[in-house]
Amino acid sequence: MKTVSSLLDEHWYQRYKKISKLNIRSSIYDVTNRCNLRCKGCFFFSSGEHEVAREEMDTRKREAFVDKEKDRGVNLAILIGGEPTLCMDRIEAFYARLPTFCATNGLIKVPRNRFPDMMVGISLWGDAEAEKILRGKDTFAVSSKNYEGDLYAYYLYTITPRQIGKTEHIIRKIEGVGVKVHMQLLSNDEGVDGFSWQPEELEDIRSEMDDMLDRYPNTVISSKYYHEIITTGKMMGRTFGWMECPSVTAPLDNREPCPKRLTNFIRWASDLKTMHRCCTSETRDCSTCKDGAAHMSWVMVNKRDHIRSTRDLQNWIEVYEMFAKLYQFIPW
Amino acid sequence: MSTETNLTGTTFRIAQIMIDVLKLEDVTPETFDPDIDLVDEVGIDSMDLATVALVVQDEYAIRIDEDDYPKLTTIRFISEYVEKKVAA
Ligand code: SF4
Ligand code: SF4
Repeated sequence: MKTVSSLLDEHWYQRYKKISKLNIRSSIYDVTNRCNLRCKGCFFFSSGEHEVAREEMDTRKREAFVDKEKDRGVNLAILIGGEPTLCMDRIEAFYARLPTFCATNGLIKVPRNRFPDMMVGISLWGDAEAEKILRGKDTFAVSSKNYEGDLYAYYLYTITPRQIGKTEHIIRKIEGVGVKVHMQLLSNDEGVDGFSWQPEELEDIRSEMDDMLDRYPNTVISSKYYHEIITTGKMMGRTFGWMECPSVTAPLDNREPCPKRLTNFIRWASDLKTMHRCCTSETRDCSTCKDGAAHMSWVMVNKRDHIRSTRDLQNWIEVYEMFAKLYQFIPW
Repeated sequence: MSTETNLTGTTFRIAQIMIDVLKLEDVTPETFDPDIDLVDEVGIDSMDLATVALVVQDEYAIRIDEDDYPKLTTIRFISEYVEKKVAA
């Protein structure tokens, strides 16, 4: 029988040991239904998720809710929105109780005296031109000032087909402000013209992402296996989609047979009562979904399938390490 | 039958269930190391364990609590757990 120690040398085995007991149990929380931007292609607004629930306003109820989440075994709260930084008190209710990650567009600075080590993921959709087309504003101009040199922040660079050939310019700008970057692909939920991926474009962007990782290993937090999975949608001969997705809200998951999935994962709406179907858009077509976290999790929950060859297991370790770094379970 | 034989029998059967249910390759009940860490070394997760637990529960007419999963990290630990439940 193939076992971990039979496949790995000492170096890889030590890397494996650092992550093998982490047991990450995440859930996602919509902090607010509001945002200070209205990006074209934002899944939250395009699928009407901002209207499905009334925001929970009571701080004590929120705190009690987070305590219950802890009891449910959650050890990573992923805060999304809307724009969470519009509601710092709500962020604090999580941060004071749980390891917390906050997604933001970076226009408002998370005060570091209040949240000294909270990991912040700053969204970025390309160069100034692409940002203006899709988001109405060059957010980098503001976010890079807010987070320059911040060790607990990274850019979540959503690459669009129009960015092919231009990613290096962005990566260098990010490196220039002393922040890390993780790359993912746009899913184009609103069908903006020219922003849907074609097969040859996916091949091109895969090799460009690989190249960026090779050239900027201290800035780019990624793995080539992740690039392969997210651009091909294939893993171990299987195809990503609804029947494989690990990031479906557990109490709403009635798939038969149920695939490997995140344990007890729930994405909560802003009333902290309503549940969304999955980690991203309620209305997204799973067959074209490019959600980065869902693809990473897909690899992570399928550990046994990767205990097949040394390369497969190393791929699995690299993806797990990447996730663990992005959510601060291990250092950069 | 001595206790030891009983335990060996259970260990053997648990290994067999595990191989069949999880379709483990290149291993037989005879070669399955009863002390190998199923989680760390074989990559068995709580979903796998739940699937195995269903079969074990039916066969031995016992209940395996989900809270006990973290303790069930080797074939030997599982068989000891099952033996105890059966005897209770
Ligand atoms: S900043 Fe984020 S939440 Fe706000 S509109 Fe853009 S994608 Fe949506
Ligand atoms: S849209 Fe994506 S993340 Fe959501 S269920 Fe479908 S595949 Fe999974």
